[in-house]
Amino acid sequence: MPDLGLNVLLQGKNMARLLGGLWVALRISLIAVVISIPLGILLGILMAGKNPVIKAILRVYLEFIRIMPQMVLLFLGFFGTTRAFGWDLSAEFAAIIVFTLWGTAEMSDLVRGAIISIPKHQYESSQALGLSKRQTYLYVILPQATRRLIPLSINLITRMIKTTSLVLMIGVVEVLKVAQQIIEANRMVSPNAAFGIYLTVFVLYFLACWPISLLARHLEKKWR
Amino acid sequence: MAVKILAETLLSIEHITKSFGDNTVLDDLSLAVHKGEVIVVVGPSGCGKSTLLRCINALEPIQAGEIRLDGEIIEPNSKNITELRQKVGMVFQSYDLFPHLSVLDNILLAPCKVQKRAKAEVTAEAMTLLERVGLKDKAKSFPRELSGGQKQRVAIVRALCMHPEMLLFDEVTAALDPEMVREVLDVILQLAAQGRTMLIVTHEMQFARAIADRVIFLDGGKILEDAPPEEFFTNPKTDRARQFLHIFEFEAVKHHEPQEL
Repeated sequence: MPDLGLNVLLQGKNMARLLGGLWVALRISLIAVVISIPLGILLGILMAGKNPVIKAILRVYLEFIRIMPQMVLLFLGFFGTTRAFGWDLSAEFAAIIVFTLWGTAEMSDLVRGAIISIPKHQYESSQALGLSKRQTYLYVILPQATRRLIPLSINLITRMIKTTSLVLMIGVVEVLKVAQQIIEANRMVSPNAAFGIYLTVFVLYFLACWPISLLARHLEKKWR
Repeated sequence: MAVKILAETLLSIEHITKSFGDNTVLDDLSLAVHKGEVIVVVGPSGCGKSTLLRCINALEPIQAGEIRLDGEIIEPNSKNITELRQKVGMVFQSYDLFPHLSVLDNILLAPCKVQKRAKAEVTAEAMTLLERVGLKDKAKSFPRELSGGQKQRVAIVRALCMHPEMLLFDEVTAALDPEMVREVLDVILQLAAQGRTMLIVTHEMQFARAIADRVIFLDGGKILEDAPPEEFFTNPKTDRARQFLHIFEFEAVKHHEPQEL
């Protein structure tokens, strides 16, 4: 077996530092996910609604977030706010804000899509049974939309976790940054460590996202 | 057939007009439905049959005229519309069961959530009705596990559990395989025997003839004929109705062949 420089992991606190970095990445994405999913559901319901003003505003928000590369959003959230408003946000806090804005926008579009994919006669038969608008949403539309949403939103969550690898650009020391530091520090003694360390990072990301995919598959089966 | 002594008017439709843009679908139409009466609405497609039923349940707004149930005006925006809708049960052509709920939960949803009735009581009633339509063993099944005919029978039970004063059937057998049609129509015949008030849109002419107290022939958004079934089917008054009924008759082609081919 070629030398992957895996022994570097065992030196000092390198493995613990990598795991610490992973925790930073997960913390950013999970806080953002927890906030953006309920917000996204709320905005998605509004986007599927009838108010043209609200719909237009949300549309602009969604398109803006979507067109901007995440990196640009991070720069705007971190450097831009300092320049424009003089805010001194910590890099991690700025990252959480940007990821929340992004997650909310994507989630709202998924929710909107799931709601409008429910056939019209589901609304009509609910109404014909005397259900109010609120009851129709609560008992008929949202439960069905949720089932359609599960695979899509799980995909979004894993995407958010993976995209945290960008936050090193605004100086957050997350798993990828730690990996780079370890590789740099051992460049002379163990030049092959780049392979081993990045392989480890790959495994760590996989271990973080895989259980979420399993959960999605389980829910999909259960609610088929 | 015994002539029913007609009780009070349950539903009265007075000069309603319904249009989609420039297209007038119902044109100054009036109709009275009495308690216990079974009215079958027939007519060519696009004549406004389904729209008529949808207006009665306030799924479509009307542009003129008024619809009253028990004297109360039915309008999509009126405050008590959900209460009025509870008095009118409707079964649609498309299988409209809620796919995420079991058969029993489909039936229980509206009585429990809208009418706030006790779950045990509604369940008992639902099981009795399911048994009557031959689906007691399907109570725990999901709609995707049922055939089209079974779904429609469940939809009928779901409407009945709300204790409606009147039932609307919108081409409930149109999407069914022929051998499933009978089982659904039999259920509706049972309901007629119980004296339910019903307004039925259908293309099953034999069935219409058997079940109707009155047949309404609709064309171009107007009622062209309103007659007892025997009279309508044997001796229609208008040419339009005669033409329409002719569609359902087939000449025997095999016996006098082949002269021109």
